[in-house]
Amino acid sequence: MRIGVLLSELAMGASATVIEVTDNGTNDVIARRLRDLGFVAGEPVRLVARGPLGADPLLVQIGYTRFALRRAEAARVTITVDSTP
Amino acid sequence: MTGAADTLQIALVGNPNCGKTALFNLLTGTRQKVANYAGVTIERKEGHYIAPSGRSVRVLDLPGAYSLAATSPDEAITRDVITGRYPGEAVPDLIVCVADATNLRLHLRFVLEIARLGRPMLLALNMMDAAKRRGIRIDTAALAQKLGMPVVETVAIKHGGAKALIEHIDAAPQVHPYPPSSEPAADLHAEVRAILAATVSIPRRTAAVDDAIDRVVLHPVLGLAILALVMFLIFQAVFSWATPLHDGIDAGINAAGEWLGASLPDGALRSLVVDGVFAGLGTVLAFLPQILILFLFILCLEESGYLPRAAFLLDRMMLAAGLTGRSFIPLLSSFACAIPGIMATRSIPDPRDRLTTILIAPLMTCSARLPVYALLIAAFIPQRTVAGIFNLQGIVLFTLYVAGIVSALLVAWVIKRIRKDKSEHALMMELPSYRMPHPRDILIGLYERGMIFVKRVGGIILALTVLLWFLSSFPGAPAGATDPAIDYSLAGMIGRMLHTVFAPLGFNWQICIALVPGLAAREVAVSSLATVYALAGNEDGLQAIVASQWSLATALSLLAWYVFAPMCISTLATVKRETGSVRNVVVLAGYLFGLAYLASFATYQIAKALS
Repeated sequence: MRIGVLLSELAMGASATVIEVTDNGTNDVIARRLRDLGFVAGEPVRLVARGPLGADPLLVQIGYTRFALRRAEAARVTITVDSTP
Repeated sequence: MTGAADTLQIALVGNPNCGKTALFNLLTGTRQKVANYAGVTIERKEGHYIAPSGRSVRVLDLPGAYSLAATSPDEAITRDVITGRYPGEAVPDLIVCVADATNLRLHLRFVLEIARLGRPMLLALNMMDAAKRRGIRIDTAALAQKLGMPVVETVAIKHGGAKALIEHIDAAPQVHPYPPSSEPAADLHAEVRAILAATVSIPRRTAAVDDAIDRVVLHPVLGLAILALVMFLIFQAVFSWATPLHDGIDAGINAAGEWLGASLPDGALRSLVVDGVFAGLGTVLAFLPQILILFLFILCLEESGYLPRAAFLLDRMMLAAGLTGRSFIPLLSSFACAIPGIMATRSIPDPRDRLTTILIAPLMTCSARLPVYALLIAAFIPQRTVAGIFNLQGIVLFTLYVAGIVSALLVAWVIKRIRKDKSEHALMMELPSYRMPHPRDILIGLYERGMIFVKRVGGIILALTVLLWFLSSFPGAPAGATDPAIDYSLAGMIGRMLHTVFAPLGFNWQICIALVPGLAAREVAVSSLATVYALAGNEDGLQAIVASQWSLATALSLLAWYVFAPMCISTLATVKRETGSVRNVVVLAGYLFGLAYLASFATYQIAKALS
């Protein structure tokens, strides 16, 4: 288990748990929306797919929903990577 | 109490793509557009129904939102209506929160956020059929008790699927407000988790079939190949499937015109009917099959949930060009017509991305341009099979569409380069579960699109065609004139005047005349050509005339012109309304005209030099 990794660094197909979303500057609308979408402490996430160019955007499964996040957006989310079974 | 005072005002609110509009259609018996992606509804929509008790209920369908902290123009409408800040709209008596039963983890958070407003509300758990199929079990009684509001189950896509909801709205007019309070975001999520743990059991996170399809469709190589294949198939189908139908309609209308013309006395009326109405309208109406086939594909793609996947695959490329993956759906809609495409940009949160998308949407080849392309391709490109399976005419059509797309990307890239604000753009886009397109919905959608086209033909296109006939018939030829009468008419004069501007593009004066009414509706260019040539005494069909009288260079030049086609007044009016800026309209019209002129000039001169 690795603690304090960024969601943008998660390996393909790997699962993790959200620690927190960090604001990029003051009044970060993107960070606020990420929290509204469910990226809050304790929430399990999984990297489902990556875009064809530069592995961007990332398709992240959170709860029962899949969100496409660009790398810069995913880099606001700090996670704990689950140990692979 | 009478009338309006006794009307119950309810508003449908919820996350994007949870089926609010399907529920709205079921309640009010209307046919608002539904599809399988976030952000179909971009305006508030209003409808009525009479409850079993005889009470009148006014229903508002609001755009989907993830949060009251709105990040896009459509989300702001929802926030303003339910908080009573929307001008001219009273606060609804009852908020009907709609949540997708298969996605409660996300949707309940918004329900709790709205509940904090302290307004009377109830929760409709929609898509209960899908939830049951996936083995999701929800204890609605316990959920209602935990949430402190009534909870009803609905299946918006099934006849009678809103019965429980209607009964509930009718039976419980006094709903007790949820106690208002304010809590930070994380606490709402914690509350959702606690409620779900106590009331819902879910066997697995996503539908297995979604995982399987996404593995193929979102594969970096395979996914792009599938996307290209799907797009290419559409253009092949538009040509190869529609041709027999097209020819049949064309022949039928011509026969009807000749039959009717034979029964009329020779003179102005006969000329108006045969040369004006039948030659003009018949030529346009024959393109109905092409337009329906194009829409059949677009509707199936919309319903299936594939479109957001395409947006995912293309996001990085579109970002490089100064756009966002979210631009994909508005731009694809623009292939039907730029107007709904431009309105669909309201679901793009970033104002810069939205403006760029609006400015390039008219470069997507709208269905009104299809008659022009189809006419010229059929006249000049031989019907031939390439590499065993591809239709050469289909390939040329595909190339014209690609030319529009490439120009759009270049224009977007230029806009990005000259823009000063280079701060971060966001994507954050939900990919929905796949859904099998419902044949009934597809048929309704096709019927409505077909009717829009037929009504255009019967309305504005008929009016313009008749007007053009008048301009082309009067004043008549002087005595002893040797040229066809149209040469002396008002239209003839206008055509010759414009001809001095457009001669370097290889346009003859007949084309110049046709460009003018084409400002109002692009298809009219085709009907106008048919009318002008019919009045000039040509007995053949338009396609045969064009094939024999125009040079290939002229035809290619006109095709290039229509890739940009700066002439559509309704599009310009929509851009004015959506952006509230005359400057944007001038920029749009100016750059389109400039590009069209340059492209046609280059095409004509090169084609002439080569031949």
